[in-house]
Amino acid sequence: MKVTLKVWRQKSASDKGKIETYKLDNVEDHMSFLEMMDILNEQLILEGQIPVAFDHDCREGICGMCSMHINGEPHGPDRGVTTCQLHMRMFNDGDTIYIEPFRAKGFPVIKDLVVDRSAFDRIQHAGGFISVPTSGNTQDANATPIPKPDADKAFDAAACIGCGACVASCKNASAMLFVSAKVSQFSLLPQGKVEAKRRVLNMVEQMDKEGFGNCSNTGSCEVECPKGISLENIARMNREYLKASVSSSE
Amino acid sequence: MATLDAKIPEGPIKDKWTNHKNKINLVNPANKRLIDVIVVGTGLAGGSASASLAEMGYNVKSFCFQDSPRRAHSIAAQGGINAAKNYQNDGDSVYRLFYDTVKGGDYRSREANVYRLAEVSANIIDQCVAQGVPFAREYGGLLDNRSFGGVLVSRTFYAKGQTGQQLLLGAYSAMNRQIGKGKIKMYNRHEMLELVKVDGKARGIIARNLVTGEIERHSAHAVVVASGGYGNVFFLSTNAMGSNVTAAWRVHKKGAYFANPCYTQIHPTCIPRSGDYQSKLTLMSESLRNDGRIWVPKNKEDVQAIRDKKLKPTAISEENRDYYLERRYPAFGNLVPRDVASRAAKERCDAGYGVNKTGEAVYLDFSAAIKRYGTEKALISGEKGASEARIIELGEAVIEAKYGNLFQMYEKIVDENPYKTPMMIYPAVHYTMGGVWVDYNLMTTIPGCYAAGEANFSDHGANRLGASALMQGLADGYFVLPYTIGDYLSNDIRTGEISTDTPEFEEAETAVKTRIEGFMNNKGTKSVDHFHKQLGKVMWNKVGMARNEQGLKEAITEIQEIRAAFRKEVLIPGTAAEMNPELEKALRVDDFLELGELFAKDALERTESCGGHFREESTEIGGPQDGEAKRDDENFAFVSAWEYKGEPSDAVLHKEQLEFNDIELKQRSYK
Repeated sequence: MKVTLKVWRQKSASDKGKIETYKLDNVEDHMSFLEMMDILNEQLILEGQIPVAFDHDCREGICGMCSMHINGEPHGPDRGVTTCQLHMRMFNDGDTIYIEPFRAKGFPVIKDLVVDRSAFDRIQHAGGFISVPTSGNTQDANATPIPKPDADKAFDAAACIGCGACVASCKNASAMLFVSAKVSQFSLLPQGKVEAKRRVLNMVEQMDKEGFGNCSNTGSCEVECPKGISLENIARMNREYLKASVSSSE
Repeated sequence: MATLDAKIPEGPIKDKWTNHKNKINLVNPANKRLIDVIVVGTGLAGGSASASLAEMGYNVKSFCFQDSPRRAHSIAAQGGINAAKNYQNDGDSVYRLFYDTVKGGDYRSREANVYRLAEVSANIIDQCVAQGVPFAREYGGLLDNRSFGGVLVSRTFYAKGQTGQQLLLGAYSAMNRQIGKGKIKMYNRHEMLELVKVDGKARGIIARNLVTGEIERHSAHAVVVASGGYGNVFFLSTNAMGSNVTAAWRVHKKGAYFANPCYTQIHPTCIPRSGDYQSKLTLMSESLRNDGRIWVPKNKEDVQAIRDKKLKPTAISEENRDYYLERRYPAFGNLVPRDVASRAAKERCDAGYGVNKTGEAVYLDFSAAIKRYGTEKALISGEKGASEARIIELGEAVIEAKYGNLFQMYEKIVDENPYKTPMMIYPAVHYTMGGVWVDYNLMTTIPGCYAAGEANFSDHGANRLGASALMQGLADGYFVLPYTIGDYLSNDIRTGEISTDTPEFEEAETAVKTRIEGFMNNKGTKSVDHFHKQLGKVMWNKVGMARNEQGLKEAITEIQEIRAAFRKEVLIPGTAAEMNPELEKALRVDDFLELGELFAKDALERTESCGGHFREESTEIGGPQDGEAKRDDENFAFVSAWEYKGEPSDAVLHKEQLEFNDIELKQRSYK
């Protein structure tokens, strides 16, 4: 099939950037979206042009490195997938496809489609952990049974890959789904309860510092999340936050 | 010249590690603050090492080429992690895990290292649960287990098909705690391009900032390489696109021996390739073999009809299916180790029974498991006399709960529903058992330079068992390195900060800059991928699942030719002073082109078959083991450790003789 690509090109963080048009006429259904981008880049290199920079690594939907806003949606038109798992069979012959970087104040563009998501790391530094030594000398793993429903919910929250699609899809560029996934994972487990108050306060404070907006419950993050992280987590984080704010300090 | 002393402690095997820990030197907490350690890589080994060393008090500098430590490729490990907990009361023990691992590795690993691995395995699970890793649980709230290839017990802990992700996020959270405290200085989007040695000791690295292109000097009292494996030498593998050998190869070129490069794991259950544009292969976890049955049609007419799309696999009756693993290996069936399962798939496909258009695919079928689980579920939930459709519905729900994400992944890639029709699978390069040679302390032949996780060679011999990579990565990083590195660093408490303003750093930096300029000024005509794909083809065809003398000799010549052409004709667009993914790839492929040759040379030298290394000249003839791989313990019970001497063809072989005092060397039979 043949496609026309409208790709955001931006030399560096300080460059203004613009959309460039490219045509590809040897695209196959079974190709992944990033393999299509590989073909574009191969073509550009051979023409003596600069290839399009984009983030990617595992190409199986788990590392969270790939991003891209495709036809107005983070990770493109398919549901429950990252860009690397999106396949060209989702498009039609003759389509024009718009490819842009994730857009959010908290995610400045580095080059072309590559954005800086280190704000997510900094939020995790503020409290995304359980303060347990790495000595291995903890209690036996089966000493504290955890009800299966709690363990399953904690797992579902922990499945977040930190790609940032939630932020990119949100009109407020809110990071609430991302932050609440971590807060929920730990608050659902007995191991995480000890530091629950401090964790939620610190992580939310850092989130605000990074310039992410607030949640206004439009739910677009849940729709675009490649891992199906539920809005329930935001509700849980709000509860945790409220609880921590009104109760006495540690 | 460095000597090859594995430094295995004295005493009975079960006491070695404890005795060793009791005897080695420690660094007092106040002095740890005066010591810097560089860790390259933030996967399970690097991430857990960084967190542990920082927690102990060292100043850690961590490097990863990704935009966050959480992206390291350990994240993609699916199936699980082994530990000798014996929660299932099925006879598991430290000894049995040790035994299974040595046997699984086809008796080519170091006994003392493997025993230690088995010994600390149980602590890993305790540690991870304490960190909040959400492992799968039973309804009673206790941890669940499943079984993996090559063993007869259920000792694998898991978190759906995302175990690696959850364990890595655990290590990442431990790192975050230390980054927040300032004990780890994190360098994201940085790539190590050279090791710096001062007075023969590893004292720092040269790294490229991948955002600005700047070449930076970083010093430390010790350097840990935890940069993963080199499967991408095959171009197509289940590794991430960025996975590379550069850090390991650079320390090799600076004097660290490289061990057993030819030991590669070809994983039996991957999604078959679909076309020339393919950029990577996707694994379907080995855990699927718990419930999936592997088969091809018995009759060639059926094979042809399937390829012509005139027949559906579900329409082939039981008696016309060849469940070849169950037929050949009745004791282990579909759960034979990976090397055995891969070769068996290749054997059927080479014989003309492959079930897709390329002839390189076999079926992995869940219909029997769906029926079995469905029936069980119907009974539990009191649905007596449930219809077949209802049973299948219930069974599919059970399978979805166990492997949902894998089935979804398959469906997205292949565009077929694996609940309704069998999956198609074929072997693909997955893991490299070979790596930088290390002694019992995980130190390479360069003093102060350590290698951990997949980057080293030590624990898996010639074949790694499923769910053992995660175990080894975390064992090295959480529990081994933090002790052993102190023994070395205890001599550095008076050294003070290492200056980067020295001739050694100057020289290393110049070498890196010259290499980069060489590529930028090349003005060739072909892309990096063009050469990488050529290399991959040679590796797969001649140094892949089956190897022979003639093919290996041809491979060596061909790799040399590709390397020469690459250096002359490659074209790198843009400049070095900016983010430049093509330059990053070129530097990695340049190293792969050298490693590939050493890899083939090592495979040529080892004329026996063992584990993942199968020499067509060395097979059993006649008897019950007819056609199986034939090991040669008399001549090859050693580790091949290669010393760099200029060109890969000049590499000098050193042998570390393997001694088996606690396990008897036997034919590795899974029949």
